[in-house]
Amino acid sequence: MRTVLRLTYCLALFWTTNAICQSKMVAIQGDTYIPLYGRDSLQVTISDFDMDIYPVTNKEYLQFVKDHPKWRRSAVLKLFADKNYLSQWGSDTALNNNQSLNAAATNVSWFAAKDYCECQGKRLPTIDEWEYVAMANEKLPDARTLKTYNEYILSWYEKPKTFNNEIGSTFKNYWGVYDLHGLVWEWTLDFNSVLVSGESRKDVDKDSNLFCGSAAIGATDLMNYAAFMRYAIRGSVKARYAMKNLGFRCVKDKKRSTDENL
Amino acid sequence: MKNLKTVFNGMCLVLFASLLVTSCADSSSNTKSAIAAADITIKGTMKAELTAPPYVPAPVGDRPAKKLIVDMEIIEEVGEMADGVQYVYWTFGGSVPGSFIRTRVGDEVEFTLSNHPDNKLPHNIDLHAVTGPGGGATSSFVAPGHEKTFSFKTLNPGLFVYHCATAPVGMHIANGMYGLILVEPEGGLPKIDKEYYIMQGDFYTKGEYGEPGLQPFNMKKAVDEDADYVVFNGKVGALTGDNAITANVGETVRLYVGNGGPNLTSSFHVIGEIFDNVHIEGGSLINKDVQTTLIPAGGAAIVDFKVDVPGTFILVDHAIFRAFNKGALGMLKVKGENHLDIYSGVKQEGIYNPEGGTLQEMPDDGVAKATSTAPKSLAEKIASGKQLYTNTCFACHQANGKGIANAFPPLANSDYLNADVNRAIDIVLNGKIGEITVNGKKYNSVMTKQTLTNNEVADVLTYVYNSWGNNKTNVTSSQVAQIKNGH
Repeated sequence: MRTVLRLTYCLALFWTTNAICQSKMVAIQGDTYIPLYGRDSLQVTISDFDMDIYPVTNKEYLQFVKDHPKWRRSAVLKLFADKNYLSQWGSDTALNNNQSLNAAATNVSWFAAKDYCECQGKRLPTIDEWEYVAMANEKLPDARTLKTYNEYILSWYEKPKTFNNEIGSTFKNYWGVYDLHGLVWEWTLDFNSVLVSGESRKDVDKDSNLFCGSAAIGATDLMNYAAFMRYAIRGSVKARYAMKNLGFRCVKDKKRSTDENL
Repeated sequence: MKNLKTVFNGMCLVLFASLLVTSCADSSSNTKSAIAAADITIKGTMKAELTAPPYVPAPVGDRPAKKLIVDMEIIEEVGEMADGVQYVYWTFGGSVPGSFIRTRVGDEVEFTLSNHPDNKLPHNIDLHAVTGPGGGATSSFVAPGHEKTFSFKTLNPGLFVYHCATAPVGMHIANGMYGLILVEPEGGLPKIDKEYYIMQGDFYTKGEYGEPGLQPFNMKKAVDEDADYVVFNGKVGALTGDNAITANVGETVRLYVGNGGPNLTSSFHVIGEIFDNVHIEGGSLINKDVQTTLIPAGGAAIVDFKVDVPGTFILVDHAIFRAFNKGALGMLKVKGENHLDIYSGVKQEGIYNPEGGTLQEMPDDGVAKATSTAPKSLAEKIASGKQLYTNTCFACHQANGKGIANAFPPLANSDYLNADVNRAIDIVLNGKIGEITVNGKKYNSVMTKQTLTNNEVADVLTYVYNSWGNNKTNVTSSQVAQIKNGH
């Protein structure tokens, strides 16, 4: 109930004040695919949804913080964001001189990212949704078997300080979405579910961490090292963590009634 | 019986139940020492000294077991793999291999692992010195911009590898995330003069060995175990030239040698030395008088030896193409007095002709023989010398002794030749490189040393000195022998 109330409040505020902040979205056509993790031959079905073309930018997040003082650096509850939260900003409501307005908003906790999306009438994507869109390259909806696709992603892992780059500086993929690879990591709604669900492991091993040999047990595609690393980063964070290389984007269900999915 | 009793009395019964089950039948001494180590009480706290390779922290000596604070930072950074070749290293403490950690048995290590905020990836650490799940990996998994602390007690003495164990593990190790932690026994390892830290690793790059520019990691080559670089201490040349490790004659040297892998086993060898002692696989078993010791990926060895003679000793992976074609080569430079009884250097060179001919020169008694035969007349020497000249010298100095302008200096009417007969003998014996001035003209070329006997050198020089307007010196084989023995 409270969520609904809060949402209504947020949405009302948003619609009345800031139509500019509504970032552009594209339609993603759902399908069934096998993600990296999951029980053997477990297929995941994705419904149609809309996804932000770009990650949320500093400019957009700055406006959000101005409108919602509880998400200011000095005011945020420690329960919802650790000390890194917006730590690179100049002040509560201003960026640092080195930061670009058009770079992805980073050092944002999961709680903050989730609230941001909800205030836009959207939500964070699930891991399965995010991975589904992210397996596309420029031409193909599923490019995971291509050497060039994996090499591109792996090479990003080795490039320092890409969080300073502006949005749109990487490729536009099959769906028309930019920057899923090559800019920053992105929060997902259920980022920690792979590790805590226990479903990624055979029942003999309850210790479902991504270490050494056990990391390989749950993977359906052992050569998909690029995806491995995304799951590793998701497994390493907690919802209150904020990181320089971690941003987010929002999605929206096709159906009008967003509430039932939350 | 007494053993069993004390064991059963201990509170460690639960902790070590599994150990007991497997080993009480032969009342293994290992079980005993492990229990003893777990029972050691700590006295005081100290911050661990961490060192970058090739250096190691000060020995523990006879200090008591302590709470040891270890702070290690993970840094992802671009470094030089070889001249002109860059690589993004993932490091423990900013170096490859990571910082050396030195502890003693019974220490309680409080380990804090920090992941630099600029880093992209989560990391952790699995220390082989840890008794516990994941070797610490499960407790140290840390996101960028965060840190994790865990503690462990060092139960077993030895030299242990630590490494990152975050998926994909192979890639984290291949990018340099490994190092060594030494657990010294109570009272420390025996005193030694010099200690160094060396760790081998194999690297897999997009370009082949030596291809310049920033080289990304190549997963396929890593899976195929097709290494482009096999190096000591993270890069080609980390231990050569000015970076060589050093010692003085008469000193004892201990090397803590690890192998990070990820794939290749090292056949560690020091050319021209024999390891006096090898802690096999870094453990307590000591082997003596070892030439080459095998160091598995994810393993280590402690070797020590006394350096008796000066010179440069080459450290290699004796899978030898790795040493000369992939970078697995280091140097130990030893300074001090020669000990010719241990190593003489080159004593003599001679012609070896197995097809019927006799050895034209034997070590030591060659000179004696030469002097015992009747001396040749000057005319005989000139005749023999002329023959030698046309076989050996004329290609450069020409039949008329005039040499070739700007390339080979003249022997005819040569001020340089006539000025110093000993110098001329020396050049024939040992060759000559560099600039000289002959008859007012500069020459900068190379003359190789000639494989001639003392008599032959005497004859050919006598021929030269008695030709083309030179000063008619009669060179004797004893003169030649003198010059030769002077070297």
